[in-house]
Amino acid sequence: MEQDSMTHPVIDLKGLSVRFGARQILSNLEGELRGRSIGLLGPNGAGKTTLIHTLLGFHEPSSGTAHIFGRDISHEAKEIRALIGYMPERDAFIAKMSCVQFVRLMAELSGLPAEAALERAHEALFYVGLGEARYRTLDTYSLGMKQLAKLAQAIVHGPRLIILDEPTNGLDPPTRQRMIRLIREIRDGGRAHILLSSHLLRDVEECCEEILVLKDGRIATYCNLEEERRANLKFLEMEVRGGDGAFAEAIGKLGCEYALVGERRIKLVLNEGIEIADLYRIAQEQRVQIRRLNYKKDSLEDIFLKAME
Amino acid sequence: MAVYEHTYKQFEGELTPAWSRFLIIPRHAYRSVFQSKLFTAFFVLCMVYPLVAAILIYLHHNTQALGIFQLEVKQLLPIDASFFQIYMVVQGQFSFYLNLLVGPPLISRDVSNNALPLYLARPFSQSEYVMGKMSVLLILLSLITWIPGLLLFFFQAYLEGAGWFTSNLHIAGAILIGSWIWIILLALLSLAISAWVKWRLAASAALFGLFFIPAIFGEMINQLFMTRIGKLFNLTALSNAVWAGLLGTFTREVGTVRVRSGGRFSTVTLYDPPLWSSWMMLGLVCIACLLLLYKKVRAYEVVK
Repeated sequence: MEQDSMTHPVIDLKGLSVRFGARQILSNLEGELRGRSIGLLGPNGAGKTTLIHTLLGFHEPSSGTAHIFGRDISHEAKEIRALIGYMPERDAFIAKMSCVQFVRLMAELSGLPAEAALERAHEALFYVGLGEARYRTLDTYSLGMKQLAKLAQAIVHGPRLIILDEPTNGLDPPTRQRMIRLIREIRDGGRAHILLSSHLLRDVEECCEEILVLKDGRIATYCNLEEERRANLKFLEMEVRGGDGAFAEAIGKLGCEYALVGERRIKLVLNEGIEIADLYRIAQEQRVQIRRLNYKKDSLEDIFLKAME
Repeated sequence: MAVYEHTYKQFEGELTPAWSRFLIIPRHAYRSVFQSKLFTAFFVLCMVYPLVAAILIYLHHNTQALGIFQLEVKQLLPIDASFFQIYMVVQGQFSFYLNLLVGPPLISRDVSNNALPLYLARPFSQSEYVMGKMSVLLILLSLITWIPGLLLFFFQAYLEGAGWFTSNLHIAGAILIGSWIWIILLALLSLAISAWVKWRLAASAALFGLFFIPAIFGEMINQLFMTRIGKLFNLTALSNAVWAGLLGTFTREVGTVRVRSGGRFSTVTLYDPPLWSSWMMLGLVCIACLLLLYKKVRAYEVVK
C-alpha cells in the first residue's frame, strides 16, 4: 500500500465533471489527494456524495476522469472497487440475515473464499465491537449498531481505501466516540487510506490530516490541516508582569516583529528557527513573568468558513 | 488471525475467480428459502408428478406389475412426445407457483433496505447481481423441470432400448430448451417485478396478474373477433405453443366455428398464431424485463 501511495496519489482528479441532465453537479475537479486520511467537507448539495459515487463508478463522469491508486475510474471500475471499502450514508443492510452472515456475504462478494470470509467476518465484528451481537439479525440492531455493522462490512476484505460517508450520522455521543476511535485506529495502523465525508467539522478535525472542501461542485480548498495549524503557531500573544520594556526589546533583537499593547501585553510574530522555549529563556534573563501565552490557532471551522466565502 | 487480535489487517490470501462470484448469491439465498416449512413442503410436492411419470414408464415395461394392478398397456398413457408435453405442462404449473413463493422478494428486499450500493460497491457488476438473483430461481426451477424431465427420458430410453432413444432424441432437446425458455421467462418476470414493486404481496399479486389478466383479455379478443390471435397475450399459451413446436406436436388449425352473417351460416376455421410469433412475443417479454432490470438495478437512482 505504501508503495502504491508513493508512486500514485490515492485519488487523482483530472478535470472530473458530472452532470445529471441539465444540472452540473461537479465541475472540473482537479487535484492530487495523497493523505492517509482525507476529509471531504462541504455544505449540503456541494457534491460530496456525488464525488464518492463517481469514484465508485456509480455515475459516469460527463467529462474528465479520476484515478484511484493509478487506476482509471472510467475503465477500471471493477479493479478499483476491489481496493475500496465503502460505508454508505443511508441505512443499508440485507434483510433476514444475521450480522455475521451479512458481513461474510460482503467479504465473499469481494472475492474472499467462503471460509476466510467467515473468519474475517468474525474478526471484523469483534474489531468494531459487535462481537457479542454478531448472531442477531440486522433488523433488530439499533442505529448505532447498524452503523458499526456497515463499518465492519467496509473493512472486512481489508481494502486499501476506505470511503466513509457520514459515519457518525445519528449516533449518540458514546457510539460516536467509538466510531471516531475506530477510524483513527485504522488511520494510525497505516494499512489503509481513509476518505471521510462529513458535514460535522469536529469528526473531520479529529480523524483527518487533509481536507478537501467542495462548494457548488467545485474545489473550494484543499489543504493539510497540520500544516495550516503549524503556520498559525507563529502568531503569539503574551501577557507579562515585571520588567521595564527590556523584555520586548530583547525579543526584537531576536528579529521578531512585535507590538506592545498596553503595559503588559505583547503581540509578536515568531520567526523561523525561534521556539517558544527561547522566549521563556529571555523572560528568565530579564526577570519577567509570562503570565499568559496564546497562539491563535486556525480551527477547521475557520478554514471551512474561509473556503465558503 | 485470532479474534482477540483486534487490529485492522489486509487480506493476503488468494481470491476466488471473478466469474464464479454470482453463485454466492444463491448459496446464501437458499439458506433462508429452505427455512420456510411451507416452501420445503411445496418443493417436495413438486417432485410428486415426476415420480408418478417414472412409475408410469416403469409400468409400461413391467408386465408382472401390470398384472398385479390388473391393467393393460393400452390403458396407460403412451410414452411419446405427448407424454412429455403433459409432463412439461404440469411441471410448468408447479414451477410457476414455486417461482411465486421465491421470486418476488429477491430484489425488492435489497431495494427497500438500500442494499444495492453494498453489492455494487464491490468488484461485482450490475449484470452479475442480476445473474446471481436469477440463478436462485433458475437452479430451483431446473430441479423440478428439465432435470427430472431428462432423467425420465433417459429412464424410458434405458427400458425401451437404443432404437427409441435415437428416434426420439428431439424430445430430450425439447425438454431441455422448452424448460429453459419457461424458467428464464418466469425468472425474468419475477425479478423485474421484484425490482419495481417493493412490497412482497403486491409483487406476488403483480406476477400472478401478469399471467392471468392478459390471458383473459386475449380470450375476450378471441371471442369477440372469432380469432385465436388473442393467444399472443397469454404467456402460458405462448410457452405451450413453443413446447409443442419443439416436440413436433404443434398444429395451427384448432377447430371451426359456425358464423351467421346476412341470414346465412358459414363455417370459419380457427388458426392459432404462427409459431414464430410465439417465439417473438416471448423474446420481447424477456427483453422488456431485462430493460426494466437494467433501469432499476442501480446503486443509486438519479432523479433528473
